[in-house]
Amino acid sequence: MSNLFAARSQMAVSLGFHIVFAAVGIAMPLLMVIAEGLWLKSEQEVYLRLAKQWAKGTAILFAVGAVSGTVLSFELGLLWPTFMAYAGPIIGMPFSLEGLAFFLEAIFLGIYMYGWKIVPPAIHWLAGILVLVGGTLSGIFVVTANAWMNTPAGFQWHNAVVSNIRPFAAMTNPAALTQSLHMTIAAFQAVGFGVAGIHAYVLLGDRRNAFHRKAFAISLSVGALMSVIQPVSGDFLAKQVARNQPVKLAAMEGQWETERGAPLRIGGFPDERVEKTRFALEIPKGLSFLAHWDPQAEIVGINAVPRANRPPIAIVHIAFQMMVAAGTGMMLIGLVGAWLYWKTRRLPDARWYLASVVVSAPLGLVAIEAGWTVTEVGRQPWIIYNIMRTADAVTPMPGLVIPFALFTLVYLFLAFTVIVLIRQQVYASSEDGYS
Amino acid sequence: MTPALLVAAAIWGSLVIYALTGGADFGGGVWDLFAHGPRAKDQRRLIANALGPIWEANHVWFILALVLLFIAFPFAFAAISISLHIPITLMLLGIVFRGAAFVFRSQETSSVRMQRGWGYAFSVASTITPVLLGIIVGAIASGSIVSKPKDWPLWNFISPWLAFFPVALGFFTLALFAFLAAVYLTVEARTVDLRNDFRIRALISGVMVGLFAWVCFILGKNGAPLIHGNLSHESWSVPFHLLTGIVALLALICLWVRRFKAARVLAIVQAILIFIGWGLAQYPFIAAPTFTISASAAPISVLEPLLKVILLGIVLVAPTFGFLFYIFKRH
Ligand code: HDD
Ligand code: HEM
Ligand code: HEM
Repeated sequence: MSNLFAARSQMAVSLGFHIVFAAVGIAMPLLMVIAEGLWLKSEQEVYLRLAKQWAKGTAILFAVGAVSGTVLSFELGLLWPTFMAYAGPIIGMPFSLEGLAFFLEAIFLGIYMYGWKIVPPAIHWLAGILVLVGGTLSGIFVVTANAWMNTPAGFQWHNAVVSNIRPFAAMTNPAALTQSLHMTIAAFQAVGFGVAGIHAYVLLGDRRNAFHRKAFAISLSVGALMSVIQPVSGDFLAKQVARNQPVKLAAMEGQWETERGAPLRIGGFPDERVEKTRFALEIPKGLSFLAHWDPQAEIVGINAVPRANRPPIAIVHIAFQMMVAAGTGMMLIGLVGAWLYWKTRRLPDARWYLASVVVSAPLGLVAIEAGWTVTEVGRQPWIIYNIMRTADAVTPMPGLVIPFALFTLVYLFLAFTVIVLIRQQVYASSEDGYS
Repeated sequence: MTPALLVAAAIWGSLVIYALTGGADFGGGVWDLFAHGPRAKDQRRLIANALGPIWEANHVWFILALVLLFIAFPFAFAAISISLHIPITLMLLGIVFRGAAFVFRSQETSSVRMQRGWGYAFSVASTITPVLLGIIVGAIASGSIVSKPKDWPLWNFISPWLAFFPVALGFFTLALFAFLAAVYLTVEARTVDLRNDFRIRALISGVMVGLFAWVCFILGKNGAPLIHGNLSHESWSVPFHLLTGIVALLALICLWVRRFKAARVLAIVQAILIFIGWGLAQYPFIAAPTFTISASAAPISVLEPLLKVILLGIVLVAPTFGFLFYIFKRH
């Protein structure tokens, strides 16, 4: 395994691990705040129990999120020192603001988790809202930094010398808004469906359990709402990619030739040897229309750039299809749920519907992982798009396969432990009667 | 004060606060490892309750220092990250296990054995991590960070930190964090017995701090010549050592006569003085001998907005961080 490949793999494993906990850190506070708010309003005990149970389960996830995030902050330097030496000052603005958001989040998390009996209920609820704001802002700021890697702005680059840095312009780069909006929605959607799936699973065995019915109602509502707006934000994002990173768009779509009236390909496999995408269902002029609102618009193909500047096409294309498929699936389940509720005015608790929500539970996380694969692998071979190559950014430290193996094992072990502990809690909560 | 110096001061400040808060959290883990006697369980519970609500917020100070370093002194950050890859990686593993095991222990309900296992992981990681942190700081202070390390031989990635001075500084850091934790816990303990337990621990670790300070100073003559020179030959050197020594002694005396609140204040002052000494001795370098504060700083167009964010941070974080401590530490 080459050093570069080991470094990329370690980065991918660390980020792929962290993002799960980051999404939870963004979205669980919303669910807890809703439950606690309903308790404050209705004074029904069950909502308070729910908020507390969710908080208890989330405590583990928050801690793992914090430590894996710390690892990442150092890894940026440990693995990509040359990248950081140039990019650090330029994207420092969002990183320093992220630091403030972490404070907000961690401080009020302490008050939220340990302050149930210490601060008055209204203040406690407010602390929850501030955790939510802090978590969401941390996500937005760090994605902004990532967006800058995709659409670098706010500096001049000449012969490996950076000049004229404008941190604010770097932060408001063309991809910042579209990416952070899409990611924020993704977090709420993935966690909404994930949590709804867990509670639906318990309801399948104990349909009248009041505790789990409330939990299911709140989490599914959040997930379903997000699943409907997410394709819109995805479209917004795709148009931005079409403008600023045409090669990435071509890779996502398996579009080899530059052409007008390009078709939208669903599924299929891009064959890099013959430079064709096979077995795809093609919708004529669909891609041109979706990317530019114009069925005759020109779409740049992968062939427009030399091989040395192309990302791995198949991975990007397949990951993109996975994300869109998962998103479509969740949207359908969300819409069916809304329709059932609208027709019957009660919780959609038919067995088949609960089962479908259980099945959809992991889809949001799948879409998040797939979406990040599109973004990051699709940017290759660049670490800063069209400016710096990933291969030029890697550390000279030899033997990177060792830390890669080490962190992979540690993360597997942590993932296993977290799953075991969360399972214990779900079972404990369903044994507590309350039917 | 130039903008670069102001940012360097902010990095220094976050490290001081981190040592006083997050450092003491590690120290708590050390005393969890050494909990024994009839009240071992109570000692552990006291430590866990002291850490619970605050450790994640305390930890952010460390991240802040790192982020400020890579924004304002990017090439120094890159060089440090390359030369000290190994100890930083080991420290990260320590941080991961400390944090994860701490919450796993509190949430594990299935078996007492598992719970004990997590407790052990937590306390061992809490003990090893400060040593590594000290080694990293020691390696930076010793002046062995070069701007373009060669990738061969492998020794280039070991020699900067596996030396007497950095390792001694590692143990000094461990002693300091353990001392701070023990002193805080004397104030937070609710029973006389527990208070006595931590009084003994504070006295022992306080003496260790002094001992390791001397060891570091002596080893620094060869191991960190620049810092050693500044700490022994400047006009402020002698008065500074006297002051730190007196405060340290007073802290121990207060512990002896059971004036715990006063001891806590003095221990904090002592730690701050140690950091002031380090800061003064390290000036004007971020990482000697290559990276000075002025020459390795990012351009002014980066530093100025950064200082504004720092100012905003002080306005926002100071009161909320204080509020957190007020809620959980007022009794
Ligand atoms: C619940 C998760 C989820 C769902 C259902 C979707 N996405 Fe997504 N997508 C993400 C989660 C995500 C993500 C993980 O959050 C990414 C990675 C980087 C980013 O900013 O968002 C992403 C990236 C991403 C990109 C690449 C952006 C870039 O490289 O800069 C595009 C073009 C889309 N998405 C488009 C869509 C479309 C058209 C969807 C229609 C259903 C969709 N996404 C559903
Ligand atoms: C290179 C990328 C990243 C770095 C360096 C990074 C860094 C960090 C750090 C240091 C923490 C710990 C803060 C604490 O101690 O409380 C953290 C937590 C967090 N990160 Fe990341 N992060 C990265 C990617 C992301 C992404 C992509 C998102 C989301 C979109 C995200 C969202 C969060 C959130 C919400 C938290 C707090 C929640 C929790 O503690 O679980 N991060 N991150
Ligand atoms: C948390 C969600 C994220 C995931 C799952 C993710 C995933 C990945 C993957 C799969 C790679 C390897 C790509 C390849 O080498 O082919 C990678 C590389 C990288 N990512 Fe991300 N990423 C995420 C967010 C971020 C953010 C927010 C940042 C920076 C602020 C970032 C910075 C990097 C860097 C510096 C690399 C290495 C260089 C490169 O391969 O271009 N990532 N990430």
